[in-house]
Amino acid sequence: MHLVYPAVLAALLFCVGLYGVLARRNAILVLMSVELMLNAVNLNLVAFDVWLRDELHAGQALTLFTIAIAAAEIGIGLAIVLLVHRNRGTADIDRLRDLSETAPDAATEPADREQKAEAAA
Amino acid sequence: MSTTTTAVLVLLLPFLGAIAGLLTGRRAPGFARPLAVLPTLAAAVLAVVVAWRQGGGGDAAIDAATRLTPTGSVPIDLALHLDGFAVLLAVLVGTVATCVQLYSTAYLRDDPRYPSYAALVSLFTSAMLLVVYSGDLMVLLVGWEIMGICSYFLVGHYWETEAARAASLKAFLVTKLGDVPFLIGIFALAADAGTFRINGILTTAVSGGIDHPTLVALLLLAGVAGKSAQFPLHTWLPDAMAGPTPVSALIHAATMVAAGVYVVARLLPVFAASTAALVVLAVMAAVTMVGSALAALAQDDIKRVLAYSTVGQLGYMTGALAVGDRGAAVFHLISHGAFKALLFLCAGVIIHAAGTNSLAAMARMSGLAKRIPDAYWTMTAGLLALAAIPPFSGFFSKEAVLGAAEHAAQGNGHGIPAAAGWTVLVAGLVTALLTAGYATRLWLLAFHGKGAEAAGHGREPLAMNGVLWVLFLPTVAFGLAAWKLPAWFDGGSLTPTLTTSVLSTGCALAGVIVMYAAWRKTVVATARAPLGAVAADPEAAPAVSEIEAIATHEQAYGGIAAACDPGDPSRLLLGPLHRHAVSGFHLDAVYAALFVRPVRGAARLAHFLDREVVETYVRGAGAAPGLLGAAVRRAQTGNVQTYLSALLAGSVVLAVAAVLVATGA
Repeated sequence: MHLVYPAVLAALLFCVGLYGVLARRNAILVLMSVELMLNAVNLNLVAFDVWLRDELHAGQALTLFTIAIAAAEIGIGLAIVLLVHRNRGTADIDRLRDLSETAPDAATEPADREQKAEAAA
Repeated sequence: MSTTTTAVLVLLLPFLGAIAGLLTGRRAPGFARPLAVLPTLAAAVLAVVVAWRQGGGGDAAIDAATRLTPTGSVPIDLALHLDGFAVLLAVLVGTVATCVQLYSTAYLRDDPRYPSYAALVSLFTSAMLLVVYSGDLMVLLVGWEIMGICSYFLVGHYWETEAARAASLKAFLVTKLGDVPFLIGIFALAADAGTFRINGILTTAVSGGIDHPTLVALLLLAGVAGKSAQFPLHTWLPDAMAGPTPVSALIHAATMVAAGVYVVARLLPVFAASTAALVVLAVMAAVTMVGSALAALAQDDIKRVLAYSTVGQLGYMTGALAVGDRGAAVFHLISHGAFKALLFLCAGVIIHAAGTNSLAAMARMSGLAKRIPDAYWTMTAGLLALAAIPPFSGFFSKEAVLGAAEHAAQGNGHGIPAAAGWTVLVAGLVTALLTAGYATRLWLLAFHGKGAEAAGHGREPLAMNGVLWVLFLPTVAFGLAAWKLPAWFDGGSLTPTLTTSVLSTGCALAGVIVMYAAWRKTVVATARAPLGAVAADPEAAPAVSEIEAIATHEQAYGGIAAACDPGDPSRLLLGPLHRHAVSGFHLDAVYAALFVRPVRGAARLAHFLDREVVETYVRGAGAAPGLLGAAVRRAQTGNVQTYLSALLAGSVVLAVAAVLVATGA
């Protein structure tokens, strides 16, 4: 099989995943899209490993690593999403904006900081 | 124990006493008195031993030196130079310091700051002895500056009063003003001579190896004028009387102010190399003598009278140096140190007994002499010595000065301009008249007041009265040393000559008689104009009376120096001059206009530049990043996907750029 088929497929998979990460609003779907991107990379690794006829099969070994890491990552990710949903009642990424710069006004800034400091305390 | 070791011990004992006093003063105040008195007493005894061993004779000077570290340029040695001048002066310093420490134990008996006070007096004593014994100008300068800082702290001992705070700052600044040229002068001397050792410098000076003798001498003279309170840097000394009386006796009458004279005496060949410097010295001495004597006539504060008289007597010493006779200068220094310390300590007793430092108030209380007979008799002897009435010590030492001046005026001095001789001689005779006048005025006003009986204050403590009698001895008898001293000094005759004796004694007697006549005339006015305020708590320690007297003088009499007293004989004698004499001929006002106001203006300018110009830049440097930050913060929406999109866009741009660069497009 020619290298171009798996390469194009991997590129397509990656783009789909990228679109999902950037555009989906549900956190679980975002995590799934991340998996798609990882698997696109896996596909590339395997394909190039075969095409290069690597004696050590480093590509395949690395694929196993990636799968393991992806499993761990999705586990933690889903746990976070679960807790966020339990606390906030939603898993909508657009509504989780606690890190935003709420007051760009320089005048009200110190008061803001104090409030944040109090909240942190 | 060799003489050198003994001399080092003389230096170290008061120093160690001061350190121990400072360390234990807070925790164990009971040790403060022994730690103050015993080391100083031991130093005085050892100084006598050193003087005894040295035995006099200018040739027999003992030199010892050790070099701690090579400095790479002009070497600095820890050197001792023990000649007749040094050992005798050390005896004076030790004796007066011991007397003052003893006196202070009673005078400041309830003072909570007594331990630090006593330690500073000990430190001062040690520094003065270092100046006296040192054979190296740099080491001498160390002692010189320690004395300056001790003087600052001790003048400001009563820092609760405004006058003491202002006076301590003034004393420090004015003497430092002189010390800067002094330091430059020392460097110039050392650069020419290649050493800081006084012996080496003198050898160079005698062989004419100093390039600009006049310049160097004038630079040194500035420091001397500051330390020895000579015109035009004398203004700090009368104000320094805001310190405790024992301090005035030790530092501002007997020893520290004499250090300048002593330095000139040590470096006399440097000054003698320049005729101009000698003439300047003579004029300075003459102006100081006459001006300070006139000012002393008009003062109302008993201690300020004595302070101005100190300035005048130091003028005699510089006068003797101007005519090249350092034997006479140091002779007068020693006899003056003894009787002026006595006068100040008596003044402390009087201030306590009278409850005021104002002569105008004392002139309105009778019986003060009976209350304090010890102070009365010793002060009478001290004033007679001050007025140079034979046979008291002041007569002989002043005669030595006037004799030297007359010698130079006749043109018999070697390389000494006759003009300097005449200047010193005439000014000295005029001052003798004035000195006798103000000494008489002080005596009449303080002890022969008319009016209500002075309030009883109990008997003065033995420590105070005993010290007076100890100092009474040299006041009366030291004049006899005039026949023995030439063996210790340069060998020049110090005995009185007939012409100057008759002239100056005549002047002094005339001063006494004129002042007595004026007093008889004005004393009737005293009774008509009631005046005076006395301290409220007569049973407290003497220092308390003094603080109250200093703090209230301005409110009660309208100035720290003057009182509007129509019964003051000096008002009659000086006439319109009185007003100017009270304020020291407005020299303070001149300085205020010349220096204080320009400095204030410069400070305001610097303040404006700092606040309005420099700070604008600083604020701008802070505000610009703040604005930039506010602009960038707008990008932080809190939406993670926006951040990721931006990240992706950036990566793509970078990747495209990398590819373009790699392909060389």
